[in-house]
Amino acid sequence: MKVAVQRENFDLGAETRAISKSSKVGAVASFVGLVRDVRMTLEHYPGMTENAIAKIVDEAASRWQVMDCTVIHRYGDLEPNDQIVMVAVASAHRGDAFQACEFIMDYLKTQAPFWKKEHRSGSATWVEARASDDEAAERWKNGGRK
Amino acid sequence: MRVKVTVLFFASLREQLGQPREQLELPASVATVGALREHLRARGGAWANAFATNRPVRAAVNQDMVQAAAAIKAGDEIAFFPPVTGG
Repeated sequence: MKVAVQRENFDLGAETRAISKSSKVGAVASFVGLVRDVRMTLEHYPGMTENAIAKIVDEAASRWQVMDCTVIHRYGDLEPNDQIVMVAVASAHRGDAFQACEFIMDYLKTQAPFWKKEHRSGSATWVEARASDDEAAERWKNGGRK
Repeated sequence: MRVKVTVLFFASLREQLGQPREQLELPASVATVGALREHLRARGGAWANAFATNRPVRAAVNQDMVQAAAAIKAGDEIAFFPPVTGG
């Protein structure tokens, strides 16, 4: 399992190949989040952010068969169309890989300490958290499998 | 007996308060995260706005997300921040 919080960009292809090497892996599901429309700065809580993501990955691995997993989240200044976050999950079968990947993203949105500040012509505003993100994470409660 | 803790502020809270961290000595009556939030709010000015009771403020103790009832002890690192918006 790999968790990284970094300024640098990442290469999804290289990351998925790195977790696909075992002949037992039959499925890799991945997600990449991109910056939409506006420039932004991402702040995080060094130490806690990495630990919070690692806990989410552990929780996913307790619910589904996760053979390997990589989560990379960027911080600092990002431009429209830049990659922000990636999750890749390797499993024997696609069902576990898809669900674990979606679970990790849904929990990351509400549990991992990151804050986005958007820069529009001359003004900078902190992004407000959305109720729909809480609802997305809430779906996984009560037994855990959607 | 006063309790020494480190308090961290992130994102909009950090900007409003004009500082990322503060070392504090708390009276024994401030024994939970909720009580600390109230203690900070009572400073008035920017503190009263940042910790206004109708404002959603999240907290962590020693880098674990907690609720207002969570206990505080000497040496703890307590962080206050707005609801998270990563991903």
